[in-house]
Amino acid sequence: MLIVNSDIAQSIRGYGARDYPNETCGAMLGCDGAEGREVRALFPLTNRRDDSPRNRFSITAEDFRAAERAAREQGLELVGWYHSHPDHPARPSEYDREHAWPWYSYVIVSVASGEACDMTSWQLSDDRSAFQTEEIAWAIPPGTIKR
Amino acid sequence: MAIRLEIPTALRQFAGKQASVEFNATTVGEALQQLTGTYADLRKHLYTEDGRIRSFVNIYLNDEDIRYLQKENTPTKDGDTISIVPSIAGGAKI
Repeated sequence: MLIVNSDIAQSIRGYGARDYPNETCGAMLGCDGAEGREVRALFPLTNRRDDSPRNRFSITAEDFRAAERAAREQGLELVGWYHSHPDHPARPSEYDREHAWPWYSYVIVSVASGEACDMTSWQLSDDRSAFQTEEIAWAIPPGTIKR
Repeated sequence: MAIRLEIPTALRQFAGKQASVEFNATTVGEALQQLTGTYADLRKHLYTEDGRIRSFVNIYLNDEDIRYLQKENTPTKDGDTISIVPSIAGGAKI
């Protein structure tokens, strides 16, 4: 289960809408706990696919290393990646599967006519054959409960 | 000569949950072959079916991408570190 608070979810939707009609992309920083995998912060990245940014995204090895450093500096782990599907459902494509890695959470937000809508999360099976749905638990941001 | 091989988080489950392993190897390719020989489940994530390193798998010797060195034939020396660094890609189009 992927635990995403409303601030994080809003940010992913916002990046998706901001970068429409191109695909947005970035890293998710967080940690694995007893309740599931919690996303604590985002590390937005530049989509390096200049040739077809409307239906492709690419994160270079250098950007990967920068995201990993950012996670380390915050005492977190690089737990996954988010990207948008402009005018396309929030379901992974065959291209997504071919290029995916196991273990990571892959969040996809659908952006229809510039407006972010569905958000889903997926994980690649260990044998690389398919993506499996990862349930998202929507949480409230830390510090918003008054005691 | 001892070479340290760093495993990305996503692949540690296929390498005994280790963050790094050490092998004796004289080239980067030899070290990778030893890695996938020891941990066979890693192979499909690093190599295509015809035995080439997948395009979204980047191999660094210390801080240099081996594509700009001698690729898998890049010689190694005692104390070197090889890192497997993923590129991440995807997109809506099939």
